[in-house]
Amino acid sequence: MSESIKKFMFVNTKAPYGTVYALESLEVVLISAAFDQDVSLVFCDDGVFQISNNQNTEASGMKNFSNAYKALGDYDINKLYVEKESLEERGLTLDNIMDLTYEDEDWAEKPSIKLVTRAELADLMDEQDVVISS
Amino acid sequence: MATITVEGKEIEVDEEGYLVDLSTWFPAIATEMAKIDEVEMGDDHWDIINFLREYYEEYQIAPAVRVLTKAVAKKLGKEKGNSKYLYELFPYGPGKQACKFAGLPKPTGCV
Repeated sequence: MSESIKKFMFVNTKAPYGTVYALESLEVVLISAAFDQDVSLVFCDDGVFQISNNQNTEASGMKNFSNAYKALGDYDINKLYVEKESLEERGLTLDNIMDLTYEDEDWAEKPSIKLVTRAELADLMDEQDVVISS
Repeated sequence: MATITVEGKEIEVDEEGYLVDLSTWFPAIATEMAKIDEVEMGDDHWDIINFLREYYEEYQIAPAVRVLTKAVAKKLGKEKGNSKYLYELFPYGPGKQACKFAGLPKPTGCV
């Protein structure tokens, strides 16, 4: 079966609200988890706001779905890459990013978020079978 | 739009029987939906339904059955967190059917 596992990378580049891209992408990611593929997520450009802390959607009139990212670990999706330059360009640090975790086989909690540079991200993208960006 | 009648109230459901407006849910709706599906609700069913509602409250998504099984095992124990047990309670699928009774949307990641 192992040869049928492909590496899928979902690249999130847009702010979470105002358009449906972020929510739709998240739904595709959760569905893809059902197929036992090697799935990773990237948050870059304004996409870093998708997993920023303390989101308040009152003014936008959209449902705050940020807690759904916390379920990614339950779906065995635990490779979440955040681009360093995108954070810096927006005056953010990892402290502004949600503390997303997963549990390994022994139910020990491990961090899912990995900070990567733009150059490292390019290398990671090179390794993928499929890259889907939104 | 289809409706079901619960305690004299007309409740809107979609073509698959899921609640249209999640906020209209109350426990008797689950009992009525179960009756339609010929499932007799016991404490074990309610454990799962309450668990699903809490999960949705926290994560804003209805978990896929694989995720539900794992999460139930963690919270309620291994003897309940397995698909055989959950399918006995909800023969049409613990994800789809239990989410429906719980007033949640169809689970994300169920295919």
